[in-house]
Amino acid sequence: MTESPKREKQIMIQATKTKAPTFTKLVSKEGSTEYPLKAIHICEETFAPLEVAYDYDAIRAQVSRESIQAGPNSIWRYKAFLPVESENPIDVGTGMTPLVKSHRLARRLGLKNLYIKNDAVNMPTLSFKDRVVSVALTRAKELGFTTVSCASTGNLANSTAAIAASAGLDCCVFIPADLEAGKVLGTLIYNPTVMAVKGNYDQVNRLCCEVGNSYGWGFVNINLRPYYSEGSKTLGFEVAEQLGWQLPDRIVAPLASGSLYTKIYKGFQEFVKVGLVEDKHVRFNGAQAEGCSPIAQAFKEGRDFIAPVKPNTIAKSIAIGNPADGIYALDLARKTDGHIDSVTDAEIVEGIKLLAETEGIFTETAGGTTIAVLKKQVEAGIIDPEETTVAYITGNGLKTQEAVQGYIGEPLTIEPKLDSFERALERSRTLERLEWQQTLV
Amino acid sequence: MAVKVLVPTPLQKFTNNQATIECEGSNVDELINDLETNCPGIKARICDETGKPRRFLNLYVNSEDIRFLEGTETSLQDGDEVSIVPAVAGG
Repeated sequence: MTESPKREKQIMIQATKTKAPTFTKLVSKEGSTEYPLKAIHICEETFAPLEVAYDYDAIRAQVSRESIQAGPNSIWRYKAFLPVESENPIDVGTGMTPLVKSHRLARRLGLKNLYIKNDAVNMPTLSFKDRVVSVALTRAKELGFTTVSCASTGNLANSTAAIAASAGLDCCVFIPADLEAGKVLGTLIYNPTVMAVKGNYDQVNRLCCEVGNSYGWGFVNINLRPYYSEGSKTLGFEVAEQLGWQLPDRIVAPLASGSLYTKIYKGFQEFVKVGLVEDKHVRFNGAQAEGCSPIAQAFKEGRDFIAPVKPNTIAKSIAIGNPADGIYALDLARKTDGHIDSVTDAEIVEGIKLLAETEGIFTETAGGTTIAVLKKQVEAGIIDPEETTVAYITGNGLKTQEAVQGYIGEPLTIEPKLDSFERALERSRTLERLEWQQTLV
Repeated sequence: MAVKVLVPTPLQKFTNNQATIECEGSNVDELINDLETNCPGIKARICDETGKPRRFLNLYVNSEDIRFLEGTETSLQDGDEVSIVPAVAGG
């Protein structure tokens, strides 16, 4: 039944009016020690991460499928599930990215119900990080921070700098000095202070912990981490809503720190808890690059601890050798009968090309890792072709062009004459694509 | 033999709110024990019941994770710097 314009307006007002906060405290992920809702991220006793706790009765009383659908076309339609109090959170159009029903890639892989969650077109900076940063910076303002910061492998720096600019916050970001040019430029353009640290991401993170101790800044992935990481739940909420208020049978997602992967699970569980979807056993599959695969190695070897590694892979956005949520990702894969695999850099490049050629989606190396692992797991018989499987594409390929340069050929250079075009066309039909390179016809 | 120790905020209540402290020790194990002598109670926060550093805590000697060196057996020289850093999320 279609709602009348008046009724639609009433629903909109209902959805946007001020409501009591639904989040109540921070709780240690190991044990039950509770903390106030401040800019703290670890348990003082065990150093375990802190997690936001919610009043699910309050959420249940506030939301329905209808109220969510009448909300903004962004992550803020799920505001009751996010740790912010503001009536007007920072809304830069983040979220509600397409869930694409795959036909050509699915056929190529032999799957019948494959979906691509396409955060390569998330706004404003073309990666899933805009979700977590929108939440973190809204909370940063609520907590009184005027300068925000992050340690980043690139995407987070882009997002923090862009959304800080939009929110009028000062910004200083820390990145490894060897980052892809697109990610550096895509941060500098927003005019933050950028520190390019001569070291890998884990070293950048260590430095930021030391800086964070003394400067009083809001580090989105450090002292604001409990709030920040909750933003990733929206990748679970959106998929459930876009599948017609139901959960998939399986997801495949990239693993870096392990946070995104575990928060998608939390998102699904919360929707079940408040009665928005029916419970279902969702299998969680994870993807890592072989050159940085501490979680995949632990999974393969049946270990219950993560041995840190030194990253050496083109998949820089997921090159975290010492993943903070690694053990939780490991637990999740095991308890859901999922599977974590790693793939080589060459397979990652093939994964990027395969997604582009079959679905018209140009992803970065993390997405290439996800697609390559998906392919590997289908071929290994781990994924049932009938299952509803969702592959998460978390970033955009235009930022990491270096990764595919030299593997995709060059244009055919021709004279502005019809016969030159015709000779070139003939050549393109007879030669392998990589043989076109530097061919003047 | 003086080694500089960088102490994270949650542990600074044991160091009289100092972010750095000088300690002695020929290896990381001995350093932690000396830290305990100077700042009673801090070892129980750094190490679990088995005496090993807690799994959410990373220890670095001159910027290198001790798990890539010889763990708590890693030897220390005069002037070395040891950082105690909680694990953080990525990005």
